[in-house]
Amino acid sequence: MSRTISIEPVTRIEGHARITLQLADTGEVEDAKFHLTQFRGFEKFCEGRPYREMPALTARTCGICPVSHLLASNKACDDLLAVTIPPTAEKLRRIMNLAQLLQSHALSFFHLSSPDLLLGWDSDPKDRNIFGVMRADPQLAKNGIRLRQVGQTIIEILGGKKIHPTWVVPGGVNEALTVDKRDAMLAMLPEALTIAKDTYAFFKTLVPKFRDEARHFGTMQTMFLSLVSPEGALEHYDGFLRLKDADGRIVEDKVPPQDYPRIIGEAVEDFSYMKFPYYKPLGYPGGIYRVGPLARLNNADTCGTPFADVALAEFRTLQEDAGPIASSFHYHYARLVEIIFAIESMQRLLKDPAILDPRVRARARGNKSEGLGVSEAPRGTLMHHYKIDDAGLITWADLIIATGHNNLAMNRSIKEVADAYVDGTDVKEGMLNRVEAVIRCYDPCLSCASHAFGQMPMVIDIQRSDGKVLRQITRD
Amino acid sequence: MPIRAQQPDVSVVTLTIDGQDLSARADETIIEVCRENKIPIPSLCWMDGLSVVGACRLCVVEVDGGPRLQAACATRVREGMSVQTNTDKLQRYRRTLVELLFAERNHVCAVCVSNGHCELQWLAQTCGVDHVRMPYRNTGYNVDSSHEMFRIDHNRCVLCTRCVRVCDEIEGAHTWDVMGRGSGCQVVTDLAKPWGESDSCTSCGKCVQVCPTGALVKQGTSVGEMVKDQQFLSILARRRSSR
Repeated sequence: MSRTISIEPVTRIEGHARITLQLADTGEVEDAKFHLTQFRGFEKFCEGRPYREMPALTARTCGICPVSHLLASNKACDDLLAVTIPPTAEKLRRIMNLAQLLQSHALSFFHLSSPDLLLGWDSDPKDRNIFGVMRADPQLAKNGIRLRQVGQTIIEILGGKKIHPTWVVPGGVNEALTVDKRDAMLAMLPEALTIAKDTYAFFKTLVPKFRDEARHFGTMQTMFLSLVSPEGALEHYDGFLRLKDADGRIVEDKVPPQDYPRIIGEAVEDFSYMKFPYYKPLGYPGGIYRVGPLARLNNADTCGTPFADVALAEFRTLQEDAGPIASSFHYHYARLVEIIFAIESMQRLLKDPAILDPRVRARARGNKSEGLGVSEAPRGTLMHHYKIDDAGLITWADLIIATGHNNLAMNRSIKEVADAYVDGTDVKEGMLNRVEAVIRCYDPCLSCASHAFGQMPMVIDIQRSDGKVLRQITRD
Repeated sequence: MPIRAQQPDVSVVTLTIDGQDLSARADETIIEVCRENKIPIPSLCWMDGLSVVGACRLCVVEVDGGPRLQAACATRVREGMSVQTNTDKLQRYRRTLVELLFAERNHVCAVCVSNGHCELQWLAQTCGVDHVRMPYRNTGYNVDSSHEMFRIDHNRCVLCTRCVRVCDEIEGAHTWDVMGRGSGCQVVTDLAKPWGESDSCTSCGKCVQVCPTGALVKQGTSVGEMVKDQQFLSILARRRSSR
């Protein structure tokens, strides 16, 4: 008799989701699915609104990474204005993006995933949260909170508030940087860099303990998509799209973001509200690829900052085989490398005297009917694509969200983990936590305004194929 | 020869507002006396320099302890009058009125160009509107962005008719007017032509500056960037009346 295990809600991710595991009579996992259970409808209700409202409107998709939407949306609006923004405005936008990368990665690593890594997959769910980490290793928890605070404070200094700042506008930013603000940001970064390097060194000691997880947490053969700079270096704000296959061959390179419709298609499945992007030339679902920190490090030739480049070299040794790092477990590692990169890059940008240039905004009106903005959000490549009428009102919008790119990969990964760890004849909480944990590797941002966290209740129903619940495991 | 302005009624009356003994000119309204004496009283449709319509009812006050509330903008002072401007009942009524304004159209402050500089937002804060107790209508209204310099978003219009009055009384163009009834009521330009095709509009921008919300705004502004300057109105109105 086949049965279904449903994990709902999936905890310690951003948003609401459910996982179902379909078990065969023998107890083996037949199928695994990751369902996005919420519907937002942004692409539809933005229609008819003035394009200048889009950055603020679309930033509301997320309370964790609003800056990413703000930037991608403003880049799409820059495209509509048909302007090149002043160089200082671009640098300032880059700093805000890096600050967001720092705070979001810190949230993912310390607040959401460190409980699994530090306390163990099978530890008591009551303790397996950031408060448990505080008890077990107070300094680690403090460091995580401090790193996140630094990122959020830089966003606040630049944009006036930590969440949903409106400082970035079509054509640039609406206020130049002052000496006081620059100095306040620079003063925080040495401490942040020390914390980041210490955490990185600590995590390197943990990696060997998770060899087994690294072997089963999403090691499927996929391609990797990200932006890279024109020189092929790690890039989060601009540049070209690069796609590498599982063997490390560059499949697509120097693809201008405007050409994304040529390489990326979106499929729809009836079990989830999230779309399934795929690489068009290979079709669906064969065109599976991953985005995010793992993909960015796999695709980049270099980071371009001293400590991050050392960490990148060490990252490449995580796997004996040549080629890109395949295991999604190493998203955690990649996140720590990117934290170091973000801090070093912010220091470099802030020390540039040109950062105080008062020319930070290009003014124009809508000069094109179609605009596209692409940037790298903490979770991966983010695309905003708008069309406007002659009066400047949105007639069509398409948002391809970073988490969406990983949808196919997340579904494959939970199947892989469930195959390796879930024994249908005797389901234990720790087994299901590993299934959730592989999703946390991707740090999916599902709703993003609400933030599922820590001790959320979880109900696992083991059902017969006719829907009758045979057994229920409840976690309060 | 310039037309002589009508001489104001200079006779003085004495009255009490919130227990405070005050004197005022007999031709003044309660709201004018309150403003002169820095007694806070919310208002939306009333504006110094424009005619009075008494439409929003936010400035209602209790007069001589009577049960009938009176609009402070449309009630002249009288000798011996006793006015209460801030009783529990008035606070309750005002809060409900502001909630109804929010429920009627789509005022999404977070993404509005007037965010932080909006009279409706300020009213909601002063009247204690932390949430809206009635269901939102959620009816979509159109955005007219056809004008070269300005835009109207009917989703954010509260029908105060300041734009209609300033265009008629100060600019003299009478481009703006009101059409429809009930929830279908809206301000229109030139017999409901798109604003950009209006023959009468002089593009002076007075309507944009007096609009209390983000309904009438300048093109090219992003969220929170639309700051309105209403100083011009009282100056213009004073100069006209002294001619």
